[in-house]
Amino acid sequence: MNKLAEWQLTLPLALAFAAIFLAPLLMLVGVSFFDDDKITQPGVAQWAKFLGDPFSYKVIADTLLLGVKTVCATILVGYPLALVYLDSPQRLQKVLIFIIVMPLLLSVVVRTFAWIVVLGREGVVNQVLLSLGIISEPLRLLQTELGLVISLTQIEMPLMLLPLISVMSRLDPNLRDASAALGASRWRTLFTVIVPLSMPGLVAGCLLVFASATTAFISQTVIGGVRLIYLPLLIWQQSLVVFNWPFAAVVSITLLVSVLTVVSALSYLGRRSGGYVHG
Amino acid sequence: MQSTPTGRTLDVEDLTVRYGQALAVDGVTLAIEPGEVVALLGPSGCGKTTLLRVIAGFVRQAAGRVRVDGAPIDHLPANQRNIGIVFQNYALFPHMTVAENVAYGLRARGVRGPEVLARVSRFLDTVQLGGFRERLPRQLSGGQQQRVALARALAVEPSILLLDEPFAALDRNLRLDMQIEVKRLQRALGLTTILVTHDQDEAMSVADRIAVMNKGRVEQFDTPVAIYDQPQTLFVNGFIGTTNLLNGKVAALDGGTATVALDAGAMLRLPSPAGLSSGAPVMLSVRPEQLALSQVPGPESWRIERGLSLPLGAQLVHEARTADGASLKIVEPRRASPADAARIYCTLAADARPTLFPRPT
Repeated sequence: MNKLAEWQLTLPLALAFAAIFLAPLLMLVGVSFFDDDKITQPGVAQWAKFLGDPFSYKVIADTLLLGVKTVCATILVGYPLALVYLDSPQRLQKVLIFIIVMPLLLSVVVRTFAWIVVLGREGVVNQVLLSLGIISEPLRLLQTELGLVISLTQIEMPLMLLPLISVMSRLDPNLRDASAALGASRWRTLFTVIVPLSMPGLVAGCLLVFASATTAFISQTVIGGVRLIYLPLLIWQQSLVVFNWPFAAVVSITLLVSVLTVVSALSYLGRRSGGYVHG
Repeated sequence: MQSTPTGRTLDVEDLTVRYGQALAVDGVTLAIEPGEVVALLGPSGCGKTTLLRVIAGFVRQAAGRVRVDGAPIDHLPANQRNIGIVFQNYALFPHMTVAENVAYGLRARGVRGPEVLARVSRFLDTVQLGGFRERLPRQLSGGQQQRVALARALAVEPSILLLDEPFAALDRNLRLDMQIEVKRLQRALGLTTILVTHDQDEAMSVADRIAVMNKGRVEQFDTPVAIYDQPQTLFVNGFIGTTNLLNGKVAALDGGTATVALDAGAMLRLPSPAGLSSGAPVMLSVRPEQLALSQVPGPESWRIERGLSLPLGAQLVHEARTADGASLKIVEPRRASPADAARIYCTLAADARPTLFPRPT
């Protein structure tokens, strides 16, 4: 097949992307440069309003921090789980992978409301802790960042585990034995051999979890409530409650740029560590 | 080399390993002398690699003991056994340079500073890779990677060296070079070494003694020459070298000598193994180079039907078929073989040392 024909094959997808992704994005940028909510007066007033308000920076920081906290929690829970998965016999692996993928099979709304049942004042967590006498008053978990991070950690877990497991299961099992035979303890083997070599999977997982957690509008609003304000909630308020579309566009672009910045930094790190996997 | 550690003895006693219901290693006992190279030779699935992994501490045995210099090591985890191992795929750490790979075991043992650098340099020079310190494993050829793996295993001065099919991934010419190299290093260090291989030529050329394994058991543990010339079991006989099997019956027993009537039609007087009785069915195993062709019939010759004759280097390989349908291979030096087709009688060569096995019926 010649070059031209190959290029033509990408045309349908390219056109679809241009129509449903690129065009709206350009419109979004365009809309952000209007001063009034009727979109008649071009200007930079909305940008000035957003960037001049200290509250905006707090929301940006909170949103990115939410992503960082969720990423940390998924690593802390997910990495040991990935190690357990790799050490399991094949039959158990099938069960584990089903449990791992489960959150992806459920509707976002169902998982989110399930977490309300679990985390609520009368929820499972509080009931258990109260009956065990560990706490005397119900913990406040709903509408707190802690509760939100806990639920996001469960919801985003497959996005961390799937790339991690796929990279780790390609590692040569002899490497662990070689390390042990050379006198290294399990911890030394973990931190000097397994973690560095699983870096590409870890970075891919962080990337997906971060992008997904910072933009998880439903979880953020339903579990976090309206008192915890993140960029997606701000966009929703401005576009569908206040109907100030230019301002909503400004916030949207801010969310896009800030998440993309973190994601590109991560994937740069990932590329630097990526070469060793097939080495 | 500065240090010349004297070799340790390695004793494997009645070792049994189970994988589920299956016996991977079935009551193996081996006493290995200091500084000796022992090859574990056998087909895949015979338990040789499992045995090696038990010695290294990667697999737990169901029963039996492993001793180094008389002291049991079974309770020690792999990282406290001080046993060096070179894997078939080398298992170099792909994210570390050559020098870091060699330094890995030293650092894990708490060696620090200039001592590490000195030892790394010394062992990289030993395997002639002094100029490759900063390369990554993927930038090296297969032979070079193996040298690094060897240097890495030797740098921690292990008490025992284990080699798991270390030459299998190398091409033919390089393999011979590396075999010589490994043998040279092993001699210089006086290291007791166990080599796992399925390649009999490799076992023959590298090892002082060979343990031929089959179905988790050691069939014979002896020097290469003894294993080739006096195979103790039919399995060893068939696994090592090429052999011809001829069916027959014991016609008479006289002390240590049995008169065997071959089904092919000849009477042979042979040294008899213990436990044969008169009239017992037997199998005669004889190497191709221990058979000769002749023009004249005789009581100790049998008639054959000649097939193809193939020149193989300095030798000529004749195919033949006996009257009872057994196929034979006969090897002669090429110069000594007149190409006449009239030589239709086969007999044992003058120095032949065939082996008799009782034949299961």
